[in-house]
Amino acid sequence: MSFLLRRAAFYAVAGFVAVTLNFLLPRLMPGDPATTLFAGYADQLGPDDLASLKEAYGLSDAPLLAQYADYLRSLLGGDLGTSLSQFPTPVTDLIRDGLGWSLLLGTVSVLIGFTAGTLLGSFAAWRRGSRFDTLVPPLTMFVGSFPYFFLALLVLYLFAVRWQALPQGHAYGMDVAPGLTPEFLGSVATHLLLPATTVALVSVGAWVLSIRNTMIGVLDEDYLTMAEAKGLRTWRVMGHYAARNAILPTVTSLGLAVGHVFSGQLLTEVVFTYPGLGNQLYAAVTTHDYPLMQALFLMITISVLAVNFAVDALYAALDPRVRGAATASS
Amino acid sequence: MRKVTAFLRGDRRAVAGAAVFTLIACAVLLAPVLAPHTTTWSDGGPFSPPSADHPLGTNGQGQDVLSHVLYGGRTSLGMALVVGTGTTVISVVAGLVTAFLGGVADEAISLVVNVVLTIPSLPLIIVLAAFLPPGTGTIVLVLVATGWAFGARVVRSQALTLRRRDFVAAATVAGEHRRRTIFVEIMPNMASVIAAYFCGQVVFALTAGSALEFLGLGDADQPSWGTMLFWAQNDSALLQGAWWTFVAPGLGIALTASALALVNFAIDAATNPRLRVARGAAARRPRGFRRATAVRRG
Amino acid sequence: MAEPLTAGTTAPPTGLLSIENLTVDFHTPRGTARAVDGVSLGLFPGEILGLAGESGCGKSTLAMAVPRLLRDPAVITGGRVRLGDGDGDGVDLLGLSDEELRRVRWRDIAVVFQNAMNALNPVLRVEAQLVDVIRTHERTGRREARERAARLCGLVGIGADRLRAYPHELSGGMRQRIAIAIALALRPRLLIMDEPTTALDVVVQREIIAEVRRLQERLGFAVLFITHDISLLVEISDRIAIMYAGEVVELADARTILDDPAHPYTRGLLASFPTLHGDDTRLTGIPGAPPDLVDPPPGCRFAPRCPSAHDRCRAERPVRVTVGDRDVACHLYGPAEVTP
Repeated sequence: MSFLLRRAAFYAVAGFVAVTLNFLLPRLMPGDPATTLFAGYADQLGPDDLASLKEAYGLSDAPLLAQYADYLRSLLGGDLGTSLSQFPTPVTDLIRDGLGWSLLLGTVSVLIGFTAGTLLGSFAAWRRGSRFDTLVPPLTMFVGSFPYFFLALLVLYLFAVRWQALPQGHAYGMDVAPGLTPEFLGSVATHLLLPATTVALVSVGAWVLSIRNTMIGVLDEDYLTMAEAKGLRTWRVMGHYAARNAILPTVTSLGLAVGHVFSGQLLTEVVFTYPGLGNQLYAAVTTHDYPLMQALFLMITISVLAVNFAVDALYAALDPRVRGAATASS
Repeated sequence: MRKVTAFLRGDRRAVAGAAVFTLIACAVLLAPVLAPHTTTWSDGGPFSPPSADHPLGTNGQGQDVLSHVLYGGRTSLGMALVVGTGTTVISVVAGLVTAFLGGVADEAISLVVNVVLTIPSLPLIIVLAAFLPPGTGTIVLVLVATGWAFGARVVRSQALTLRRRDFVAAATVAGEHRRRTIFVEIMPNMASVIAAYFCGQVVFALTAGSALEFLGLGDADQPSWGTMLFWAQNDSALLQGAWWTFVAPGLGIALTASALALVNFAIDAATNPRLRVARGAAARRPRGFRRATAVRRG
Repeated sequence: MAEPLTAGTTAPPTGLLSIENLTVDFHTPRGTARAVDGVSLGLFPGEILGLAGESGCGKSTLAMAVPRLLRDPAVITGGRVRLGDGDGDGVDLLGLSDEELRRVRWRDIAVVFQNAMNALNPVLRVEAQLVDVIRTHERTGRREARERAARLCGLVGIGADRLRAYPHELSGGMRQRIAIAIALALRPRLLIMDEPTTALDVVVQREIIAEVRRLQERLGFAVLFITHDISLLVEISDRIAIMYAGEVVELADARTILDDPAHPYTRGLLASFPTLHGDDTRLTGIPGAPPDLVDPPPGCRFAPRCPSAHDRCRAERPVRVTVGDRDVACHLYGPAEVTP
């Protein structure tokens, strides 16, 4: 288990860096941090409110280290501050809903992208030099070079505005009540379809390329020749011998890619007004709601770190060689 | 290196990519000649569809979209090239220094790089940009500051591989100064890796920069592909059915990005011979599972 | 290109395997290299045939062509590979469909690869790699297959507890024993061993060789044993074939090859290895390098390196003929004039 322990330690360091960065950001910016932070709200909020906000935000005349200790203490207590745009709601209340939707959208789109990419990439490698191989990887690469928000706009325009086949935005229809009813789940699925497809389409090219390239290497390995020599059936050779091994290097890059996909997903959420963290981040940016913005940054970062750790655990489950071994995998 | 350039010259993907990129760059540079209107002209009527007068229609303010795409491309491409150059320089220096210093410095910088890589870039970029005054300068600064980590890692691992090769060892034994070894013996051998990385960084800067502008973190009055998309979204162009307002700048980004991706792809294939598909008869012969039938009766 | 062959060089119809006039080409960017050039070779049931030669002489290509495991640039361009079925002509492996071939593989012909570390699937347990081949070819329950896997482990001297291990958890020698156990899982009639001990240290090498000998005597399978180390072959083989530049240049009983090598190349090869019994012979290498197979020399391919080469060797290719108790392809032996 030492592999997973080491990875956990690394993510702890990364999380700590993000937390510290979050603390330093407003304080490193030119000018008085309080003025910057609350600039957009000076008129709406009374001086008393401002004073209490400043205190809640940990902005005092105390030395930086003392402020830092305060900040860490309130973080540990689950206090991420108060929203400015929806004063005085604690940002944690706002984030909770967004996190759920983002995780749903992220999981679904990564699963679609990864599965499709693995199948297409493997097939391209097996039929290397064929028409499929010369057409499909470059095509997915082309779509992959579309900015997320552009493809999102395109898809939204075509399917939701022009053909009116799917809803234009939000996570579920206004006419259904949330609950574990078939109507509600169906509505969630139809609303999920366009944003998830967008994210999957942009990200699939990277998977195709990665799987194709590692698969070409795996096809040259002796264990694959031996699997063929054993007279195993093709699906067994493809699955347990080729794909199992070819997926491994891709799984290591899965963690890294999750960060990228998440970034793209944030923009996709904005276009589809999908009520996830990305949409909230956009709202926070446009309303200059700095406490909410920073809390979202932390939340997104920690989610990504958690997903990365889950991917490492998956890697350890798939590759017996890393379990407890001293192999570095940074 | 000469082999690589020769290969690229023969690679259709590289030629196509380079041609498309050159075409876009020329069009954008010739904006004053090609554009039918200036960027401040706004008498076209809101959201008029493409016509002889306005080949790409007009936007919500009645401005000519074609002119905005051409002038806006200057901002977008300029920004992307500056960021690409900046991050590439930092990556190469950071990567080489860590590779050759070794020891604690290497460990420390590698840890920083890995941490930066794990923290999702876009939220960080957005929050950073939100704290600074909006504008193109802010975007360039933020993208350069956050975009170098991956390249540093690539360059570092490349340099470590190269350092183990004989000719570098020979240079070291021959008493060449360490700095000289790095820049004279190793840098040229990494030229293709660095070139590929540079292409990737320009694409990254173009899309990330446009994303920031799209979110309203750029200078909304300075035409660029990102701000055009921002205005299209803000003016509800989508619901008006004015597809031309977002398709034109979006395609500008997408085409530039895929052109550079093609070049990148070809460089990759040229430097990694395992991925190269041989031409001629061998190229059409299936591999892998069709191997069992590799019998040709004379 | 086809060379006329004398009748004595093909295997008798009672043989287990008969390779006839087999040709394998490599399509390289520089042109076509003929890695195996009209080779004929027969194997009797239950015999160990050693195949020796320098690296690049085509011995592995020849062996891998039998179960049709060659990789992309290599293509079989001519000949037959007949696998005996007890009576009649047997089946030509080169004419089988993919599905027919799949059924023959491992059931009749199993392969032990050079490096078991690379040949065993790193992400599957040893047991799974034994069980899958048993269950693919035979109607066997999972439980019975596991019991058989354990017995096979015992057969090669490995405790059944190691079945739960992954390949990287085993030593090099153990991995190769496992590879042999997997090879014997279906009681094949022919075992192709492609430099099976090259990756091992000398002591383990000897153990494995002894193990193969013992198993072969007990189970009666035939072995095509490929190595560049001719001293190994002397210990294990019944007959030895020497390959040079895509051709079999000499074929005889192991003792004959060892005591009385005929071909100058065989002599050179023997002289470059110390004998096991520590005879005080000087080691001499063979000067020069094997020919370029894209553009081979016109006459005998060994002529440029041969100490006994004369004018005829540089002009005319020698044909393999039977001389006494051996087959040899050299102008020093056989008919004085061959006019095809």
